Amino acid sequence: MHAFRNILRTEARLYLRDLPTLLTIVGLPTMILVVLGLIPSLREPDPNFDGQNFVNYFAPSLLVVTLAMVGVNTMPMALATYRERGVLRRLATTPAHPGALLAAQLVVALAAILASALLLIVVGRLAFGVPLPRHPLGFTLAFVLGTAALLALGLLVAAVARTTKAAQALAVPLFLLTMFFGGVYLPRFLLPDAVARIGDYTPPGVQALLDAWTGPSPQPLHLAIMAVIAVAAGASAAKLFRWE
Amino acid sequence: MPVIEVTHLKKRYGDLVAVDDVSFAVEAGEIFGVLGPNGAGKTTTVECVAGLRVPDGGGVSVLGLDPRRDAAQLRQRVGVQLQESQLPDRLRVAEALELYASFYRNPADPAALIDKLGLGDKRNTAYKKLSGGQKQRLSIALALVGNPEIAILDELTTGLDPQARRDTWGLIEQVRDSGVTIVLVTHFMEEAERLCDRVAVIDRGRVVALDSPAGLVSTVAPEQRIRFRPSAPVDDRLLTDLPEVSAVQRTGGQVVVTGTGDLLHAVTSVLARHQIVAADLRLEQSTLDDAFVELTGHRPAN
Repeated sequence: MHAFRNILRTEARLYLRDLPTLLTIVGLPTMILVVLGLIPSLREPDPNFDGQNFVNYFAPSLLVVTLAMVGVNTMPMALATYRERGVLRRLATTPAHPGALLAAQLVVALAAILASALLLIVVGRLAFGVPLPRHPLGFTLAFVLGTAALLALGLLVAAVARTTKAAQALAVPLFLLTMFFGGVYLPRFLLPDAVARIGDYTPPGVQALLDAWTGPSPQPLHLAIMAVIAVAAGASAAKLFRWE
Repeated sequence: MPVIEVTHLKKRYGDLVAVDDVSFAVEAGEIFGVLGPNGAGKTTTVECVAGLRVPDGGGVSVLGLDPRRDAAQLRQRVGVQLQESQLPDRLRVAEALELYASFYRNPADPAALIDKLGLGDKRNTAYKKLSGGQKQRLSIALALVGNPEIAILDELTTGLDPQARRDTWGLIEQVRDSGVTIVLVTHFMEEAERLCDRVAVIDRGRVVALDSPAGLVSTVAPEQRIRFRPSAPVDDRLLTDLPEVSAVQRTGGQVVVTGTGDLLHAVTSVLARHQIVAADLRLEQSTLDDAFVELTGHRPAN
């Protein structure tokens, strides 16, 4: 525990030291929200979104931005780099286990995701009247399970990719797909219905987030699928992970 | 009482036999070299000693312990510097040493270690801003920060310029003088000759020689060569009659005498007796390089 605490502190310090990445991860969704929120017509109620305005409707997709960046991009790339550069191997020669470094990476990734989500929710509420999640419990559940599913996929990438190049080759398409199905590139009402429905079931499960935030409440099936993906990808990653 | 005992070690990766049959013992307080051509099984051997790999056969005992079963204890007592092992770019020198020191029960003082390794003015420098030599010294410091009884150093000076290499050698001697047993994997013969008390030469997964560097040279490649320009014509027979001489050659005005034993004394005495002055006289003795080639059939790197 002692070693883990020190490794975590070091990883957090390194994370804070990379300011451009940190600002992007934490601030980008909120920045997009502010830009969109400044356009008056996007704040008008619209029958396309059950009488909500576009900003409200789009906010969950902005959560996907950070989840995708961290979950299937920066976190697995950081682990792949640590493995390729022998950081994990060096740690294996000391009394500390390289698993502590992996755990520390997950903790800082979670912290960044949480900070980004809180910033988005608070700014959305104060600046543009986006309501706080209507179903706090359901929202928390949808957020936790969606995050877990994406992080597990990210760990799987880090596990199967032997080099940082291979990790990148896996992470980039996964990132683009997550963003696409999460309705970030094209708002989902513009997507063909079938594509939007697929997006309900791809991590982090944007429909469940939307339903819990401003809608009726998340559907159990959507949540269950995220849980299944999290467990399956997490277990495979644990089985396949190589320390060197 | 040896601190490391390796007996009939075997290790294969699929069809590739990395270590076929390696045995040696390392005594407390010595610098023990593991030499061999690339792919000879050096790194795999020391990785088994460090407990990073599971041998397929044979035994390894380190400080009387089993590197796999007693891994937790040995990691406290054995420091390892691995080949091509880096650190995160933004991690600073002092942070790295303080972090690694915190893993050990009886760590060295990181600040003192930084000074000892000549990194005092780099304390707050990020890893990526360090030169190759500084990175290497930091890597050595990390292997020593737990106050180990044994330090295993793999390819210590690969990639360093000649000055940095010499500085590193001085450092390793200091470490040995402080009582640490050192296992040094290298393919630089000059490094082994300078530092090692004894060396094991490994080729194709087997130990082909085990001796002090000087012992290896004198048994494996005892030949010496003398070159000189005689001030007056020399009859070859004058030289070939000497028991120490095995051959005499002439190239231009130069005479090259090959032989063993106290060759220099024998040749200079006979020349003096005939009032011949040997100008530009040079004695070429075999080096560990020659012994290495003799043993493995490979030219060592550089």
